[in-house]
Amino acid sequence: MCHRLKLRVSSADLQRLQDRWRGRDTIAATLAEPSSPQLAGFVDLGSPIDRYYRKRKALGRLEIGRGAGSGSGKLLWVAPGMAGVVAVAAESLAGGRARAARTVLDQVVLPGEELLLPEQEDAEGPGGTGERPLRLNAGVRARVRVVCGPGLRRCGDRLLVTKCGRLRYKEPGGGGGGVYWVDSQQKRYVPVKGDHVIGIVTAKSGDIFKVDVGGSEPASLSYLAFEGATKRNRPNVQVGDLIYGQFVVANKDMEPEMVCIDSCGRANGMGVIGQDGLLFKVTLGLIRKLLAPDCEILQEVGKLYPLEIVFGMNGRIWVKAKTIQQTLILANILEACEHMTADQRKQIFSRLAES
Amino acid sequence: MEGVMQTDAKMRTESGAESSPRGPGCSLRHFACEQNLLSRPDGSASFLQGVAEKSREQLIRNTCEAVVLGALHPRTSITVVLQVVSDAGSLLACCLNAACMALVDAGMPMRALFCGVTCALDAEGTLVLDPTAKQEKEARAILTFALDSVERKLLMSTTKGLYSDAELQQCLAAAQAASQHVFRFYRESLQRRYSKS
Repeated sequence: MCHRLKLRVSSADLQRLQDRWRGRDTIAATLAEPSSPQLAGFVDLGSPIDRYYRKRKALGRLEIGRGAGSGSGKLLWVAPGMAGVVAVAAESLAGGRARAARTVLDQVVLPGEELLLPEQEDAEGPGGTGERPLRLNAGVRARVRVVCGPGLRRCGDRLLVTKCGRLRYKEPGGGGGGVYWVDSQQKRYVPVKGDHVIGIVTAKSGDIFKVDVGGSEPASLSYLAFEGATKRNRPNVQVGDLIYGQFVVANKDMEPEMVCIDSCGRANGMGVIGQDGLLFKVTLGLIRKLLAPDCEILQEVGKLYPLEIVFGMNGRIWVKAKTIQQTLILANILEACEHMTADQRKQIFSRLAES
Repeated sequence: MEGVMQTDAKMRTESGAESSPRGPGCSLRHFACEQNLLSRPDGSASFLQGVAEKSREQLIRNTCEAVVLGALHPRTSITVVLQVVSDAGSLLACCLNAACMALVDAGMPMRALFCGVTCALDAEGTLVLDPTAKQEKEARAILTFALDSVERKLLMSTTKGLYSDAELQQCLAAAQAASQHVFRFYRESLQRRYSKS
């Protein structure tokens, strides 16, 4: 039994496909009535094989099966009653998946989507309206360099989305084309060079401390990477201490290395974190939200109790207040901030401020 | 978090009998998905769908390996733990969907999403998508496909029973159309999750 597909191509699609093939090919949009109740109708994709291949490409590469006695052409198979749905699928597939990055800003993007970068043209030449300066290699437009941030990968001249999240864009400060990245919610930290993180010292071997930062391997921290440390004057670091430092080496091929001094040799807040206090873990998205320049949560928290707080980009927060009870309250508030709206937060803060 | 997927009403053929509530055509059961429900692992998702252990693991692993960008995480192992809460048919497809959602929730870099669709062919040759356990038992052949989201390409297929070449193509086309619904549900589910922040 030979089942064929009724493929309805809309007039707009037909026009587009004909334009693409410049009239050489005509898509058979014949909607034949099924001669038997088992058949859903058929579309003939044309007898010459090369026309079939071009049409198949144009229709978005639907799966095609060869039917017995169908001759040189191939036909699409579908169950009776499926025709309408597959037609929708065909149209959506053939409709072009890549969208311009500008149109998808601040929307949720899924892995597998492709984004087109805006192409920039050179400024108008001295000829005036409509004239473009002559180029040696015609057809290549000058493109501004766009930085591809986390969650995106370059794929030809397009960006491929690899993580689910909201697409963000930052205007370029100086030259260049700005940065695109995907804001995703994630718990697992992957070491990135330059990130400031809180680590826990797990081992001390010779000249190196092994520090657990929440990644796939522990980072190494040299004992000389502290302010004022020399071979004779070793820093006072024990196993189990909390360290606030930044990565100098962090890529997928090598073990991450961190230091507790900046490039000038000053500590700048980094080093061993003091006694007491509470370390807890939150999602990476919450840390980024709290560290954003316009975040009111921190200011409100600061008005509640005097506190010391350290944020690590690996999702760890260390908090210390005067009493243990205050410390626990602060920890709970920060953990709950992720799920609360601004109003709920203000309510909780006002209630705490009264008591 | 619930996502109710109802297919087009015109796709369902009315049948007078009380059994087999779905006729031939693209009709999938009710979906529900919840993400980030376990606090200890890096990512977690639960996927509720309607209704040979080592080989099933192998199939799911191969599908995940084809889609996850493992080159970005060398010398690391990614463990996916699937817990069957209840089995109401189409178990492998449900496992594939859950694995995909969990990988997305954990923030694993992937080159596409994937979904699983099960087709059952009964004795007369009618095709039923997303069969219940009863329909699976009475079916002549059960075919499960894993499809990716970019071009609906076939990532994995596992079949059991007797079917002809033409029926295989028919089931594949039906599964590709059905995957459209699943990916739309993924998108809505993820949009709902990100709309809260």
